[in-house]
Amino acid sequence: MEAEEKYTPQTWPESPERATLEGKNKFLGFWLFLGGETVLFASLFATYIALKDKVPSPEHALAKDLYELPLVFVMTMLLLTSSLTSVYAMYHMKNFNFKKMQLWLLITVILGLGFLGCEIYEFNHYYHEYNHTFTSSAFSSAFYTLVGFHGAHVIFGLSWLVLVMVRNAKRGLNLYTAPKFYLASLYWHFIDVVWVFIFTVVYLMGMVG
Amino acid sequence: MKDRLTKWRLLSVFAVLTLVLSGCGEPFLSALTPAGEVAQIQYDLMILSTVIMIAVIIAVTVIFVIAITRFRRKKGEENKIPKQVEGSHLLEIIWTVIPIILLLILAVPTVTATFHLADVKEMDKKPNKDGVRDALVVNVRASLYWWEFEYPDYKVITSQDLVVPTDQKVYFNLIASDVKHSFWIPAAGGKLDTNTDNVNKFWLTFDSQKSEEAGNLFYGKCAELCGPSHALMDFKVETKSQDDFKQWLNAMQTAKEVTPTDTAAAEGQKIFEQSCLSCHAVSPQDARPEQARLAPNLATFGERARIAGVLEHNEEELKNWIRDPEKYKPGNKMTNTYKQLNEQELDQLAAYLMSLKVEDK
Amino acid sequence: MSTIAQKRGFASTVWDYLTTVDHKKIAILYLIAGGFFFLLGGIEAMLIRIQLAVPNNDFVSAGFFNELLTMHGTTMIFLAAMPLLLGFMNAIMPLQIGARDVAFPFINALGFWLFFFGGLFLNLSWFLGGAPDAGWTSYASLSLASEGHGIDFYALGLQISGFGTLMGGINFLVTIINMRAPGMTYMRMPLFTWTTFVASALILFAFPPLTVSIFMLMFDRLFGANFFNVAAGGNTIIWEHFFWIFGHPEVYILILPAFGIFSEIFSTFSRKRLFGYSSMVFATVLIGFLGFMVWAHHMFTVGLGPVANAIFAVATMAIAVPTGIKIFNWLLTMWGGSIQFTVPMIYAVAFIPSFVAGGVTGIMQGAAPADYQYHDTYFIVAHFHYVIVGGVVLALLAGTHFYWPKMFGTMLSEKIGKFTFFFFFVGFHLTFFIQHFLGLMGMPRRVWTFLPGQGLDTGNLVSSIGAAFMFVGIVSLLVNIVITSVKNEKVGNDPWGDGRTLEWAIASPPPFYNFKQLPLVRGLDPYWLEKMEGKQTLTPAEPIGDIHMPNGSFVPFVISLGLFIAAFGAMYQIDDKAWAIPVLIGGLVITFGAMAYRSIKDDHGFHIHKEDLIDENDDKGVKA
Repeated sequence: MEAEEKYTPQTWPESPERATLEGKNKFLGFWLFLGGETVLFASLFATYIALKDKVPSPEHALAKDLYELPLVFVMTMLLLTSSLTSVYAMYHMKNFNFKKMQLWLLITVILGLGFLGCEIYEFNHYYHEYNHTFTSSAFSSAFYTLVGFHGAHVIFGLSWLVLVMVRNAKRGLNLYTAPKFYLASLYWHFIDVVWVFIFTVVYLMGMVG
Repeated sequence: MKDRLTKWRLLSVFAVLTLVLSGCGEPFLSALTPAGEVAQIQYDLMILSTVIMIAVIIAVTVIFVIAITRFRRKKGEENKIPKQVEGSHLLEIIWTVIPIILLLILAVPTVTATFHLADVKEMDKKPNKDGVRDALVVNVRASLYWWEFEYPDYKVITSQDLVVPTDQKVYFNLIASDVKHSFWIPAAGGKLDTNTDNVNKFWLTFDSQKSEEAGNLFYGKCAELCGPSHALMDFKVETKSQDDFKQWLNAMQTAKEVTPTDTAAAEGQKIFEQSCLSCHAVSPQDARPEQARLAPNLATFGERARIAGVLEHNEEELKNWIRDPEKYKPGNKMTNTYKQLNEQELDQLAAYLMSLKVEDK
Repeated sequence: MSTIAQKRGFASTVWDYLTTVDHKKIAILYLIAGGFFFLLGGIEAMLIRIQLAVPNNDFVSAGFFNELLTMHGTTMIFLAAMPLLLGFMNAIMPLQIGARDVAFPFINALGFWLFFFGGLFLNLSWFLGGAPDAGWTSYASLSLASEGHGIDFYALGLQISGFGTLMGGINFLVTIINMRAPGMTYMRMPLFTWTTFVASALILFAFPPLTVSIFMLMFDRLFGANFFNVAAGGNTIIWEHFFWIFGHPEVYILILPAFGIFSEIFSTFSRKRLFGYSSMVFATVLIGFLGFMVWAHHMFTVGLGPVANAIFAVATMAIAVPTGIKIFNWLLTMWGGSIQFTVPMIYAVAFIPSFVAGGVTGIMQGAAPADYQYHDTYFIVAHFHYVIVGGVVLALLAGTHFYWPKMFGTMLSEKIGKFTFFFFFVGFHLTFFIQHFLGLMGMPRRVWTFLPGQGLDTGNLVSSIGAAFMFVGIVSLLVNIVITSVKNEKVGNDPWGDGRTLEWAIASPPPFYNFKQLPLVRGLDPYWLEKMEGKQTLTPAEPIGDIHMPNGSFVPFVISLGLFIAAFGAMYQIDDKAWAIPVLIGGLVITFGAMAYRSIKDDHGFHIHKEDLIDENDDKGVKA
């Protein structure tokens, strides 16, 4: 099967991301990579739990002083919605509707940017209001590393989505480009799943003490 | 191949012989000459595991030797195609089940001993009205590259030479003040790390008869890489009978500051007070918090077994040490913290330090 | 290889290797780089043994000694043993499953260059103010206290090379799952492929904890974080846990492929299929699985409490069972066979007693209370050298002799090979056997020197003499390689005569597309099956057709170079050097720029046409 062959909605295969050997390899390889990433985040979570509220002096802010649920709730909603919109994008990809796919990916990116904005505001807030900086305590180091690693993943995910959208704007959909879209969106889902855990372990559990 | 094997066997015989010649190590240092209950339990476990393992090794060796001698390709067999055997369920079961049984035999005493050796409930029992517990507790604090031993119930402190009574359990609280170290008296029992994060607890005993054989002085080591002089972070353990130990504690508790009798030592005391006293205490009843105790307590310096843990205990080596500590313990925290002393001052200081004793001997 | 190089000109060969994505050439790169680091680590070991030959020695200073022991361990594990094994995996595994290439040729090359630049960075520390000196384990309190940039080199260097290893692992997993030839079911895969598979899975799950802990160390040292700073609420034990959650599986990442190599050798030179193939596979998987459950046995003396110690003690003992299964199956493979004592087989035979010795001391250490005595003494040093030298290094030497003809098309001298074996093997036992007793007699590990009068003098001298023997052995191997390469006598497909698996059915070295027609695999040991039916070639699974191959690329080199440059910036920014931050950013721009370039540019590879393949019938292999 030639990777760049032209397709119509009728000839477009069922799982275009896995129709070529290269696509199949990428699909599997990326899932394995996400397995490794899961262990990476699990390690960060373990560190955070071990160091939560471990501060040098009583003046230092603790988890229950810092977190504000309304903001985090908005962030969670933004990211979960963006996960849904990327599902729509992949739905259109499978139906060989390039324009709609690009549109939904664009919406995904905008929602992701919104999340990122909130996160920057949040960090800034902790920094100025509570003097909760990366270097102020073991707790703060663990917090910024865990949430910051996730934030870095968001940035990377957004750049990736934008990159594939731009590079393939003229090329359209074929069996060479389909896996690229698919993987970028898979990565985006993964980021959302990690956030659900951060929301639970860091923020919800942080609020209850 | 065959003659190679013989050569190898010869060499291993040689290696074993060397071992026999050097014995099981020195009784004051070797884990193979256990001198207390803990070391004995560990030694017994070593022997049990070794015996089981030797049984395994014999089984492997027999099959191994037969296989490689009987089934070598001989002349005229160049085209022989052996039967392609797939495997054998029976054999697989045998060599799965037998090791499991052997390991269970080893696992039971292992688990029992693990809990027994970690039993430090005695330490938490209520003290009597004088604040003294039934159990003897020693707080060990490891620092680059020296050891402090505090007897909290008796409020006395010593350094470098740990003093313990024989035939009774001695409980230890272990912590490190800078980087991680590990507290190990091989002849008395296995090690436990001194962490920077938390206090570790365990106990040891010192058998009176075995102590006597070792000259009542065991060697202690730091077993965790801690910096350039890790290898030189030795300490000594002096064992005393329970009565002698009580006397010693008493002497420590009542020790007055030494007032030198001869003039040299008196001059030395002045030098000490100028250059050394800010870090080194000379009274065993040092009440300052541990952060302020920056260097070994020297109250018993005249009675120590070694200088700085590694050098012969005499005035000459003491002067060498003060002249240039860096030469004997690279990376130590004492170098360059005091002014340069001339030879006369060194003599005086050494005389003073050697006069620091709590027991009249 | 040398003659072809001369024909094509030196520069173009270098460029070819810098841009190659061919798994066989990447294997050679791994072999060269890994071999180089192996020699470095060996020299460090020799200096260590010279220093410890006599008591109170001052051949090297205390601080330098700690650098030596740290770099010896780090180099041997991360930069020698693992890359050399990755080299053999690259060279052989795709051939064994009948694949034309790995799943991700580009990422394969990237993995190598990341490893290479990471290792280079780490070793540059020798010239830039001192090497790391906190041991290969780099426990947090000491590694934070360590002055200078040594530990920073350790953290950044291992981080970079670790990414490379992780990519290699994913690549092999996908290759084995997706790229097997028709008929090559999982239970027909050669054992070396199986062990590669399990080791790759271990890499995938074991390296992320190391990545995280190294990030934390880096943040603490370079960016003022407080993960391990007890005064600010940190905890140093976290490092120990993460390090060993990685570190223990790492041991199996090394030993499993070694088991694989030996399995191939035993069966080849006994002329017999592997005894109990399915239980061997089962044991391999089980070892890999249990490998994650036992890390705290490295931490028995940390003070985790009796419950944790007891659980991990029993779990540790459990690993002995599958390992025992393997030993007995190898013995029974030889049993009833027709054993030919070639150099690889001599190594394999010698491996059994050596590894059993290392294994039983491992179980002895599993008995936690006894381990309180063994821990951090020369007993441990003896144990892990018996496992790693007696297992992994013997496998590497055996594999070098065994696969050399397949990789380079010419045989290493058997005569010199036996000489090498003799010196190395005798030296190995002489060096390490006595160290068990040194440890029990009260000698802690990682000591710069020891005082006389403690009963440790003779043992240490014997040990140092043994090290000299090993050194002679390795030098003779180098001589062997030079002589062989100069002579360059070409050999055919199956130079050992008893090859069983697919790699021996094709030319030595194989053409760059490996298989002109993908083979049809009809059972375990497919080439052996064909030979038994009197055929010399494999049954093809497809007609001759166009073959799709990937293009070479210089991008992997550039991506890795960028991180290498960025690492200098990250390290020197704490010294307030003005150029540091720009260098850090510049390096990252190079890396991410190269990644973006790779992503944007279309690269569809190229095709070898059917007609060319038919023409090449007679001289295949030469072109590679």
